[in-house]
Amino acid sequence: MKRTTRRLIHIFATYGIRIITLLLAVSVITFVLVSVSPIDPVRQYIMGLGTAVSPEQRTQIEEYWGVNEPLVERYVGWMSELVKGNMGESAIYRRPVADIIGERFVNSLALMLCAWVLSGVIGFFIGCVMGMYQDRLPDKILKKVCYIISSIPTFWLGLVFLLVFSVWLKWFPIGFSGPIGVLDKDITVWEKLHHLILPAFTLAFMSFANIALHTRQKLVDVLNSEYVLFARARGERKWTILRRHGLRNILLPALTLQFASFAELFGGSVMAENVFSYPGLGSAAAAAGLNSDVPLLLGVTLFSALFVAIGNMIANLLYGIIDPQIQEVGG
Amino acid sequence: MKQKDETILEIHDLSVSFRMYDHGLEQTDLQVISDLYLTVYPGEIVAVAGSSGSGKSLLASAILGILPGNATVHGHLHYKGQELTQERQEQLRGTDIALVPQSVAFLDPLMKVGAQADGHRKPLPTDKRKSIFKRLGLPDKTEQLYPFQLSGGMARRALVSTALLTDAKLVIADEPTPGMSLEQALEALRMFREMADDGKAVILITHDLDLAFEFTDRVAVFYAGTTVETALASDFKKGPDALRHPYSQALWRALPQNGFQPVCGFQPYAGALPKGCLYAPRCPYKTAQCMDAVPPVREIRGGEVRCYYGA
Repeated sequence: MKRTTRRLIHIFATYGIRIITLLLAVSVITFVLVSVSPIDPVRQYIMGLGTAVSPEQRTQIEEYWGVNEPLVERYVGWMSELVKGNMGESAIYRRPVADIIGERFVNSLALMLCAWVLSGVIGFFIGCVMGMYQDRLPDKILKKVCYIISSIPTFWLGLVFLLVFSVWLKWFPIGFSGPIGVLDKDITVWEKLHHLILPAFTLAFMSFANIALHTRQKLVDVLNSEYVLFARARGERKWTILRRHGLRNILLPALTLQFASFAELFGGSVMAENVFSYPGLGSAAAAAGLNSDVPLLLGVTLFSALFVAIGNMIANLLYGIIDPQIQEVGG
Repeated sequence: MKQKDETILEIHDLSVSFRMYDHGLEQTDLQVISDLYLTVYPGEIVAVAGSSGSGKSLLASAILGILPGNATVHGHLHYKGQELTQERQEQLRGTDIALVPQSVAFLDPLMKVGAQADGHRKPLPTDKRKSIFKRLGLPDKTEQLYPFQLSGGMARRALVSTALLTDAKLVIADEPTPGMSLEQALEALRMFREMADDGKAVILITHDLDLAFEFTDRVAVFYAGTTVETALASDFKKGPDALRHPYSQALWRALPQNGFQPVCGFQPYAGALPKGCLYAPRCPYKTAQCMDAVPPVREIRGGEVRCYYGA
């Protein structure tokens, strides 16, 4: 028992250090990139104020913000505030970045979680069907469908979905996370879900093909293995083999793939949220980029790096917990 | 010769070929087993001996009907006098015909050994399996282990146990003994012997000729995908003069205790087989006839041989 605790501490310490160094690297790179970009935060701020500002006032603002200080000093200043939990104030929303990320992330999380579960379940199921009917008609058809779907860009598919389901059929609302003209606190869970379905489906649609194709290949490998040959020699039928050996051996790689797909999911959500005007982290990132909102852009970048890193960490840890072969080596 | 309905397994003129892509999109049929014969009677253990690539393991797959999809099988395969069709094979495998495969790779890497040995048939034969594990010298905790935690010998014993668990009338054991200690190998072979004495039949595919001569009744010698000779195991103990085919005699002489004499040349590869007798290119007694046509199977002194001159 003591050994397990020590191992757990060791694992979390290792991953903690890895994530911190990763975030440091990401922060340095993004900070440098933003600094050398033609974005002028002061001008952006003044535009946001909506009033004219005299050149003297502008110099004052520049001085107050330390825009003309050397890069390293600016970085250290930003970092020391960040460590204290102050991520700065967004230029377009005029609110603390941390608050925006917090509330946008909840929306995005709901969207991504739905899409993630949907794509995982659908992808795994379709992958199993393709693998079981390898090179026969169901496999051939599904494989082509998967290839087509994985070559469609998310935003285009989102537009088509909007056109078909929202404009023509009027099944789903055309955008946002709640009805227009209703106060945030009055929106019901059902209304939220109703607004969530179409973007979630768009997002899920994009990633299930990938998961299905991977699952298919893994299942084909398993079915060609010697242990399946022996299972057949012992009289196990097709579906018994899938149940006893197939699922057991493809679930692990599928799970890992699923958690490692956080990055793609996040990238896709930027597109999907913009098409559906869904107020999530992805649309905030796009808005921050387009409007040169430096504090928000840096904040979202760091946060998404953290999100993806945690996804990969979970994938690695799960492998160790579920696969007895890796468990043994680790112990 | 005994009647067909007395045999457990009767194979003659069996050929197996694989459809392969040769150059680009050109398809060719690669013949890996040709004109093979083998007869197995109840109560006996037949050893199948021959070098790697002589078609031993493929024969096992052909009997069970688990060859890959690009394989074609021709010839006569009879189980208890009935033709072994694909349908019949599906009914029989795991119940009437059991396989003991070669290596730990045939065990599901993510399934505990106990559950795996028990198999998929309900009710689970857990008690019987426990006693077989005990007899084979597998410790109690083995059933809780995963295949990668087993030693080579333990894995083989676990594989042997799967066949012993069934009520199969025919067991095909594909090199079951390597990796076991002599004692364990003897115990496994003793268990096969008991099965045979019970009226069942065992085909023992092996490289370990000494053990084979000791524990089996007859030995079938394979060469390049065909049977060149079937002889009584006792003939092999007597020496080369009791054997009928030049290859069996060469095999006997190549054993360490019999002089360790090698024979020049190689076993021909599938796809590049000679036209006549498959052994002719290496045979010291070959004549023009041997190079032209495949010799028929002849019965000589209680054994069978595919040679024009065998004596």
